[in-house]
Order: sequence, then C-alpha cells, then structure tokens
Amino acid sequence: MANRYFDEIWGNSRGRKPRPGFESIARWIRETPRRELRRRQDSAETAFRQLGITFNVYGDEDEAERIIPFDIIPRVFTADEWSKLSDGLEQRVTALNMFLEDVYGDRKILNDGIVPADLILCNPGFTPLVNGHRPPHGIYAHICGIDMVRTGPDEFLVLEDNARTPSGVSYMLENREAMLRLCPELFETFEVEPVDGYPDALGEMMQAVAPEGASGDPCCVLLTPGHFNSAFYEHSFLADNIGIELVEAADLVVDDDIVWMRTIEGRKRVDVIYRRIDDDFLDPLVFRPDSMLGVPGLMAAYFAGNVTLINAPGGGIADDKAIYSYMPEIVKYYSGQDAKLPNVETWRCREADALKYTLDNLAELVVKKVDGSGGYGMLVGPTSTTEEIEEFRAALKANPDGYIAQPTLALSTVPTLTEKGIKGRHVDFRPFCLSDGKGVTTIPGGLTRVALREGSLVVNSSQGGGTKDSLVLRPESEQPEAKD
Amino acid sequence: MRLHVDHRTDYVFSEPQRRLVQLLRVTPVNFAAQHVIDWHIDVDCDARLRNHRDGFGNHVTMLYIDGPISNVALRVSGEVLTDDRSGMIEDASERLPAQAFLRSTGLSKADDAIRTFAKEIAKAKTDPLEQMHLLMARLLERIQFEPTLDAVERDAATAFEASQGVCQDHAHIFCAAARAMGIPARYVSGHLFRRDGAEQQEASHAWAEACLPSIGWVGFDPANGISPDDAYVRVAIGLDYRDAAPVAGRRVGGGEESLAVDVRVTQAQSQSQN
Repeated sequence: MANRYFDEIWGNSRGRKPRPGFESIARWIRETPRRELRRRQDSAETAFRQLGITFNVYGDEDEAERIIPFDIIPRVFTADEWSKLSDGLEQRVTALNMFLEDVYGDRKILNDGIVPADLILCNPGFTPLVNGHRPPHGIYAHICGIDMVRTGPDEFLVLEDNARTPSGVSYMLENREAMLRLCPELFETFEVEPVDGYPDALGEMMQAVAPEGASGDPCCVLLTPGHFNSAFYEHSFLADNIGIELVEAADLVVDDDIVWMRTIEGRKRVDVIYRRIDDDFLDPLVFRPDSMLGVPGLMAAYFAGNVTLINAPGGGIADDKAIYSYMPEIVKYYSGQDAKLPNVETWRCREADALKYTLDNLAELVVKKVDGSGGYGMLVGPTSTTEEIEEFRAALKANPDGYIAQPTLALSTVPTLTEKGIKGRHVDFRPFCLSDGKGVTTIPGGLTRVALREGSLVVNSSQGGGTKDSLVLRPESEQPEAKD
Repeated sequence: MRLHVDHRTDYVFSEPQRRLVQLLRVTPVNFAAQHVIDWHIDVDCDARLRNHRDGFGNHVTMLYIDGPISNVALRVSGEVLTDDRSGMIEDASERLPAQAFLRSTGLSKADDAIRTFAKEIAKAKTDPLEQMHLLMARLLERIQFEPTLDAVERDAATAFEASQGVCQDHAHIFCAAARAMGIPARYVSGHLFRRDGAEQQEASHAWAEACLPSIGWVGFDPANGISPDDAYVRVAIGLDYRDAAPVAGRRVGGGEESLAVDVRVTQAQSQSQN
C-alpha cells in the first residue's frame, strides 16, 4: 500500500532516496531526534492553545473548542514547482472572476452554450438580486482559496474553488511563526519565501478595490459575526495584522446609502468591508430577515456603489461542485488557453449516464454534495461501511442533481510525526490568491492540511485533520547538495 | 383605465425609536399594459430617500429616518394608465432569463402534495397555457380566501394543506406548482381596482406570472381566477414574497410597533368628480 502513493520527500522510493532537491530536508527529518521533534510539536500546540486558535466542530455541540493539531514536519515546494503552481492559479482565479462578472452581466458563456444555462440560473448559489450590478473594479472573488491535491511529481489537481470566504490563512501565518521559533535551523539551511507579507498584501488589495468615489485613504474594516464564530480568532488576527478595525454588525449603520462606523470620536465613513459573514446573513432587508448578524441597508449601499464588499455577494455560484466540473471549459473560454491546472475527473450525477456510473461504483468513488463544504455530506467509498454506502445511495437517488462523484485519488503523502514514528500521511493544499483588478497575487505558501489517521484521505479539520507549514524555496536554494 | 392609487401606511411606536431603515418596493415600472403618469412617496417627517433598481428590475426606494420618532406616516400615491392585454407582459425590461424563475425558494417550495396536484393538472391538459389556466381555476376552487388570516410569512405547502389563505398564499402555491411542471413562474405584488366598488383595502394585492413558450410572461391571479386586466397595477416581481414585498424594515429602539395600512385604488376620473 505504501508505494501506491507519491511521497513529496521520498517520491516512490519508500523512504530510501529523497527526490532531487529534497536531500537537505530529508537529512533534517532523519537526523533530528524524534523526541526533540515531539517536544517542539507540543510546544507549538501549547502556544496555539494559549493564542486561542481553536475551532468548533459542527454537529458536535457538547465538544469544547479544539485546536487543530499541528505537525512539526513541513511540506516543501521547490521554486520550480511553485512557479508552475502560481502560474496556474493566476490563470484560474482570473477566469473565475471573469466568469462571475459574466454570469451576473451579459451571460455570454451561457448564450454560447459553454455551461448549461439551467445549471447557473436555477442554482441556489446564483443570486438574482445582484444580477446586473458590477462590483467596484469588476472583482467578485478578491480572496480565493483554491484547494489542490497532488498525485505525482508534476500532477497538481484542483479539487475545489472557494470564492466565498475561504478561511485558514491564519494557520499559514501562525504555523510559520511557530516553525521559525522552533526549527530555526531549517531557515538557515534553506532560503524560504516569507509568508508574513500576507496581511500587508491584503490591506493593499483592500485599498486598491475601494469604490471610485472613495477618499485617497479609504476606510477599510473587517466585519465578523462575533466571538462565538469558529473562525473568530482568524478575524481578530487578520484585523490586527492588517491594522484595520474589527467590527460587528452593531458597529455599522447605513444612512443615505452610505456605510458608517460608530467610533468614540463620532461616525466614520466606511469604504471597504472584508466581511466574514455569509451572503444570507449580510442584510436582513433583502436576505434572511431573521439575521441578527447583518447590517440593514448594506446591500443598498453596495448597489449605490458606495462600498466594496470582499468577497462580493453572489460569488458562491463559483463554489458549486457541478459548476466546478466545467472549470476547464470556463478557463479556456475566458483565457483562450488550456487550463494549466487540471480538474479532478468529475461525474455530474444530474446526468443520467454519470448517475448510473456513480451508483454502480459507489464503493470506489468519492461522492460530494454540490453545495457542501468542510467534509460534511460526503462519502469516501473505499473507507465506508456497507451501511454508509447504502444510506448514501438512497440520498443520491432521491436528489441526483445535488451530487457529484470523483475517483478516489491517490493523494500524495508527506512524512508526519505519528505515535508510531515518522510515517507518510495524505495531504492537500490551500493557497490564497488576492485579486485587486490589476492582477493576481498568490502568497508563496498556504495551508497544508494533513489526514492524521493512517490511510485516511479526509483532511478537513472537522474530520480529524491537522496542518503543516508549507515552505516555498527560493530559486537560489535549489542547488543540489552533495550526497550524504 | 386611468387608475389612482393611494397607499398609506401608519406606524405608531410605543416608545420613541432612534432610527428607522426601510426598503420600499412601491413604485410601478412601465410596460405595454401600464404607463406611470405620476408617482410620489411622501413621509410626514424628515427622511432621506434613495432610489435604485434591484437585480429583478424592481424600482427600490430606501428610506432613512433619524429619531427620536414615535410615529411615521408613509404615503405612496400616483396615477397609472392601464390597458387590458389579457395578462400579457410585453415590452417589460426583463433583466433575467425566464429559466431563473424555475427555482424554488423557502416560501414557494413544492411538497409532495403540491407536486401531486401539479401532476394531475399536467395530465389533464397538454397545452402549457391551458395548464396554467386550469391551475388558476383549481386554486381558486380549492384555496379558500380567508382575509382574517395573519399576513405572516406562510410557505406554499402550509397554505396548501390548510386549503385557505390570502392572495400571497395563492401566488406562492401557483409558483410552486407551475415550477413543478417545468414552467417558470414568479411572484408579483401590486394593486387591484375593485370593480365591485370596494375602494378601501387593507393590503396590497399579489398574484403570479408564468412564462409560456412562444407567448412569454402572462399574469394569473389565482385569488380571483382571472388574468390581470386594466384593473391591475403591477409593482414588483421576484421568486417569492420576500423579493417583491412592498416593505422590509428595521427599527432601532425598543417597544411595540402598530401598523395600519390603507390602500385605495380608484378610477382617476371619478375621483376628480368628488
């Protein structure tokens, strides 16, 4: 079983010989005493607990807040790997934004028959309310978290697009800080691209996408649902590090189609809101009327062009997994080129042939809800019991439109510190891409999630996943070293 | 017909309010069967009004009032020239393809009972236009008009099971059933001139529209069993009540709110003779 998977350090050598360029990290893994690695990992987790980087597991109300386990052994990308990856991400994120602008604008891609019109127009993620309204600078997905997996040396695949409010960037930053403190020798051995520029890059992007009428020094804020939200730590962490106000709905008021923030010096006009509240809760006058988290009139201010919302309402349509399956065509349509980052093969259960194939092969496939996230509502055939599979079969038959199926991927592994020593564990990767209307910036790093259970392919924190630091090496540190 | 609409809403608060924000969908938009001659929104206090169009093409007015305020009178009035086009919606600026109105919402979702009801209609007639007329007729017969019911948000399935409701329930069930038959349908809010002489009404009216092959959008009023004629003033559209409701608001300040709505739709001619 071990050699079925590509290991990012050892390739297919089963731990005998590192891949070219990975000799130094292999040596570090081999030579650092396990006890020392364990001590450092415990120290990192203690720090995270003290900082309060915790999350709530949904559907597990009694459970106290947990921290996401941290693994001390980093994942490493060579400069060459990263350069290909970031090219592909730029192409994909640019296309995603053009797609969203088109879908709520002229709908050329539907008229040209590239994507079925009903898939978009009847999709719960399509928001008729924002139809015909172009957001400032034409950007919908200012912050994208693209979930990727790897199956071989050059095989990077996109698993999901997150154009709503991708979370997890605080782990990228905190993990790096912990690594710099606990494993300084790694950063002496390697030239690693820094990730600590992310808050500044985010702040600059926010300024750049302010409405045209805004002052030269636009007022930007981060809107959080509040401290009970599972990602509150990230909200306060980001606001602190960007240097902007962290606000709740009660701190904002809309008057005359302008958003104002209450401050002790009186009210202050707000130009840009990085909102970490879902569309449904954003404004009780037009979305869910029972929302206590939103700001009445916010959408009117948005329609009047007086405020930029990051990300723009309506972008959730791009996260739909049935629409994901058309991304290669969508990228080609807007960029004129083949997608540099391929998709995972996907069967759309709304199509009769695909449904039949899926039902016939449930035990081998991964089946997901088209609008699901966080690892909820999904079936991993090979690791499920017969009852689980049959239960899912019934759900799938009742609502085929609601599901897609994908092959169970041979996700790459990265050496991970486990109870039984250092073992390969499956990982995925979420880089963060910022769009400001002029270009796409991908921070050289990201969130590597690792499935800590042996053999598990589900990396979601809610399903027992952990995280690792993701090091991107600078070109100059690429020189192959003398063999040891 | 030249119709005069006078739509008054009086709010009284048991305690003074600090702020009031309201979203109003009260201004009709022109199309072939309807031409707005004159339209006003008046508020009896210092208020700021801002207009925009939403994604459906509805005319939306935002109303901002600072407190302290213990009562507000809102008056929407104007004149519209209407024409009987047998319910057909022509020359309207359609902002969304008809397919966007195939999807169901919380309030307009079909349950098994509504789906069965829709299937029977689909079986009885083959022509979509006839199907919609039959749907309207069956709803008129089946859902008893019960004006004493609270105008709370009731979903289509609940109203269908209770077999009674107000015009908005009829409209929701109509949309749910039509969509279950694969026909795009939408919720419409507006006003109705009562030929029986009842000038005063306690609420605005609601009905539905269905998009039919080679005809386009056609109105159906299942609470009255007819397609809208020149007695109708069409104000706002949406997937359900929430998209097209005349008013959505929030107030800041405690206490209770009491509300009185008075809608008068008259023939402009007869009013000038008063």
